[in-house]
Amino acid sequence: MEWSVLQQYGPSLLKGFGNTILCWALGTVFGMALGLVIALIQRYAPRWVTWIVQAYIEVIRGTPFLVQLFVLYYGGPLVGLRLDALPAGLLGLTIYGSPYFAEIFRSGFRAVPDGQIEAARAIGMSESDIVRRILLPLGLVSALPALVNFSIILTKETVILSIITVPELLYQVQRMSAETFRYVEANLVLALFFWGLVETISRVGLRLEARITKHLIERT
Amino acid sequence: MFSLAVFFQSFGPLFWAARYTLLISVLGIGLGVVIGTLICAARLSPYPPLRRFAAIWVSFLRGVPLLVQLLVFYYALPVIGLDVPAMVAAVVTVGICASAYISEIWRGAIAALPKGQAEAAVAIGMTPVDVWTRVILPQAVTLSLPALINELILLVKASSLVSVVGILEITRASQAQAATTFRPLEVYIAAACIYLLINLCLAALGRYLEHRTAV
Repeated sequence: MEWSVLQQYGPSLLKGFGNTILCWALGTVFGMALGLVIALIQRYAPRWVTWIVQAYIEVIRGTPFLVQLFVLYYGGPLVGLRLDALPAGLLGLTIYGSPYFAEIFRSGFRAVPDGQIEAARAIGMSESDIVRRILLPLGLVSALPALVNFSIILTKETVILSIITVPELLYQVQRMSAETFRYVEANLVLALFFWGLVETISRVGLRLEARITKHLIERT
Repeated sequence: MFSLAVFFQSFGPLFWAARYTLLISVLGIGLGVVIGTLICAARLSPYPPLRRFAAIWVSFLRGVPLLVQLLVFYYALPVIGLDVPAMVAAVVTVGICASAYISEIWRGAIAALPKGQAEAAVAIGMTPVDVWTRVILPQAVTLSLPALINELILLVKASSLVSVVGILEITRASQAQAATTFRPLEVYIAAACIYLLINLCLAALGRYLEHRTAV
């Protein structure tokens, strides 16, 4: 591999990496928020609403992310939803992640002992207080490992955004290799780079997780 | 607005292309099971170099996005003199990627078996081969069937990525269809419906197997 190429393409690669991180971070945060809302709806809304939400979960989980992006980015304009590649990608990531996050939150909430909630109700806490002070703090802790795990999976999904021309890392690498004909090296380096990234994030995630849960074990 | 005619017309060609989606997913999982079993055996073997190799294999394939793996294989194979059709490259990549996940599924299933089972088998004088083929593996395979179906569902969805190396499966076919009809919304929703149909069938199969093998 000609390393001088990297110098020439350095800025665009760096920008691509920035976009990858941006898409990942915002997609994770928004996806988690939407997932939390869905999980709460599943728990408290009337029957027929939960059916609609369940259908949403099944559809998003049963179709490929790439097809969802195509519907959004190429199909969206037909119904008046005109988005640039980057916002479309972010919206796509948010929608794609939300049902997985919702299921994680749901099982986290299920791990909260019924007795805790009954006790809160017995001492006269309002339903919103129960959610805020009992359900969320306890549920989030038991959901944490799965949340970290899925956030790591989302880093890998960001490369798919390159297909709808979001200028993230793979997109920049593809452009570079098309101009320099260095497909093998460029993609191999990208693979190694992602390996390092994912390994690092999962190490950090595990440590973070251990710290948060340790703190709680000590307190209880 | 939404043209129902285009929507229903695109089902024909897309169903035809679904053969390739299914072919890639099924061959991928088959190859994944074969390689995954070997990797799992290496992971559980008493030889540290083998164990380390298996650990790196799993970590690399789970840490690199499948799309990047596909591109590496697609561009790298001709360079090392393997000029295989795109279809073969796609199946091999998908299979190798799946092998990492499947070896972990096996490992989890084997770890989930009570230790007493193997010990009891040894105590009544079974040979190590018998212990594995008659006690551990039959139970581990039954335990991991739902997880394998789950992996197959993931592969059906992941196979949409091989469209970027030019294989005419559902996603690629819908791109072509969208380009000729100028109605991407209808065509891509039709594609999503077909994927959903395949995956709902597989999920039902998974539930049936889980129900049937439940003890």
